[in-house]
Amino acid sequence: METSEKQLPADPSEPPPVGEGEPDRDRLVRGHLSFHDVTEMVSRHAEKKAPMAWYVAFAVAFSGTLLLLALFAYVVWNGIGVWGNNQPVGWGWPIVNFVFWVGIGHAGTLISAILYLFRQHWRTAINRAAEAMTLFAVVCALIWPTFHVGRLWAIYWTLPIPNQMAMWPQFKSPLLWDVFAVSSYFIVSLLFWYVGLVPDLATLRDRAKNFWRQRILAFFSLGWTGSNRHWRNYEKAYLLLAGLATPLVLSVHSVVSFDFAVSVLPGWHTTIFPPYFVAGAIFSGFAMVVTLMVITREVYGLKNLITIDHLEKMNIIILVTGSIVGFAYITEFFMAWYSQVEYEQYAFLNRAFGPYAWAYWIMMTCNLITPQLFWFKRLRRSVPVMFALSIVVNIGMWFERFVITITSLHRDFLPSSWGYFTATWVDIGTLVGSFGLFLTLFLLFLRFVPMVAMSEVKGVMPQADPHFHEHEGNGHVEGDGEPYITPAEPALVKAYRAGGTEDEETSA
Amino acid sequence: MPTLIQNLKARLGIFESDADQVYGLLAEFPDPGALLHAAEAVREDGYRHFDTHSPFPIHGMDEAMGLGNAVGVGFFTFGGGVTGFAAAYLLQWWTAAVDYPINISGKPFFAVEPSVPIMFELTVLFAAFGAVAGMLALNGLPRPYNPLFYSDRFRGASDDRFFLHVAASDGQFDVEDTAALLQRLGARHIELVKDDGSADV
Repeated sequence: METSEKQLPADPSEPPPVGEGEPDRDRLVRGHLSFHDVTEMVSRHAEKKAPMAWYVAFAVAFSGTLLLLALFAYVVWNGIGVWGNNQPVGWGWPIVNFVFWVGIGHAGTLISAILYLFRQHWRTAINRAAEAMTLFAVVCALIWPTFHVGRLWAIYWTLPIPNQMAMWPQFKSPLLWDVFAVSSYFIVSLLFWYVGLVPDLATLRDRAKNFWRQRILAFFSLGWTGSNRHWRNYEKAYLLLAGLATPLVLSVHSVVSFDFAVSVLPGWHTTIFPPYFVAGAIFSGFAMVVTLMVITREVYGLKNLITIDHLEKMNIIILVTGSIVGFAYITEFFMAWYSQVEYEQYAFLNRAFGPYAWAYWIMMTCNLITPQLFWFKRLRRSVPVMFALSIVVNIGMWFERFVITITSLHRDFLPSSWGYFTATWVDIGTLVGSFGLFLTLFLLFLRFVPMVAMSEVKGVMPQADPHFHEHEGNGHVEGDGEPYITPAEPALVKAYRAGGTEDEETSA
Repeated sequence: MPTLIQNLKARLGIFESDADQVYGLLAEFPDPGALLHAAEAVREDGYRHFDTHSPFPIHGMDEAMGLGNAVGVGFFTFGGGVTGFAAAYLLQWWTAAVDYPINISGKPFFAVEPSVPIMFELTVLFAAFGAVAGMLALNGLPRPYNPLFYSDRFRGASDDRFFLHVAASDGQFDVEDTAALLQRLGARHIELVKDDGSADV
């Protein structure tokens, strides 16, 4: 691509080039970038050849996808007995994996919707990638119940489609609520993501050199021109979608938790499940976002846009939600004791000290104890530490779902039917394969779609304010309720500009 | 003078070109502030068929252009939400209590309580459909053909350039006078956009 090869600052998390003591904490975009720099930094990755690392990662991820497809074919051919599911544990890893993936799929919409409503402008740097991650995680979640039904060809029975049996789905079943909740969530997240993407696709369209590339992007960008008459309705629609997605994101994992809580099984039948599940979902989702963003910003040189401050904020959310989850674990124990129900008490003692104690203590360590390291600012801002911890969190969250699902089932009311669940190689292979599918989709996203919401990032830059060039600030004073943006340093900006090329202003 | 239909279309940002195939004047301004002031001035001068184009929404531009609050999308969203709620209620009631009632553990054929999750989900789903469909409808999108795409500079509108477009369909439009006004307002570059007649608008 022969785009203007403007010199971009190398490691932008560092203070700007000319001597300035403290980097400006209030600024969301580092390194005194111009609007064009942002366009360039983000779009070029969707336009030029992918880096070598991408091909390596894609080869690995795609092998995982192929493994998943092959094993699902095997499962469909032989029946779900090839998984470890049996009596008394009828819900084995497939349901564990379903809840795990759907939980990860909560961070994106949380970031895009809830943080949008709370006017957290820092979300603009990460929302696009987080929303994409959400969509792919939900895809990875939906495959599990789809294949777990065993008879794939009858999966349409979950939808209210008139059929020759004249039967309808059973709307009183939480499993059916799940079908509606997760698929509604997927569709609304997709709409939200796509609406946010339209202006950026228009940017790619306008930069396209190739005829077909331009046509295809023109199709998907709907003829967007950045018209203010359009922005006006667009922003309203975006706000309304955020308002709609907020209760939706909270409802999805609540409904997933009803699959458990509406039953009468000790260990499942608890009223704290919905909030506890939602907190856990946000916890694991944010951890996944940190894992992916740490790699992405490194490989694609996006440290200007996804700064260490962004990562720190996500780590704070991980700390908060991790503590909520830990509190819920302890509350469950209290409730078991306080209920005076023998079976309930046994279920919890069995969790912590029974045959699955190893899983329980992995869960406790990873979810409650290690995230507490984020109390220390130095660890919160250390990239290797947060990368390691974010992976630990997701290991812990997988084990949480394992503990909830397996330990409550393996010893039911009749001791004669007690058993011990063991996973098979198909269980392991399909779980690994689902990560392959997730990463394949995410890598395709990184390759073909602008991975940062350019129009939104430009909108929060100081020079986007119409009064910026008059007052050298955004015209608001501190404390008047509007976000105050500190004035730019004109000398610095000039110095930075002089360092660049003069490809701007060639035609006056 | 523009007709009522033309005025309504102009609200969506769709303008008709005049008899000479002139679509309008496209002026580029150096920064968001200059564009905001230009839009204000053009409106005060009496123009109505004009639009601004920028890579991101500019704070205060709606007031400057005299557009007011965008309530339309809200109505679509509300309509969608009501539709979704009604659909979920009727679906669950009709299938379970009317078309094929099945007695399960003596539970009522239809009750509101277990129907709440699906009512909620479908309300949100259809409201989201309403929001997106309403936004597209009120913006006149998708719109593959737009004479502004003939301008090469206009490609920058999605990157870092700020444009004011005064349409030829405005009753007050006059190529020379309007260009002079835009020049006075500090336009960096002005060009005449012609609709070359290869498609309809």
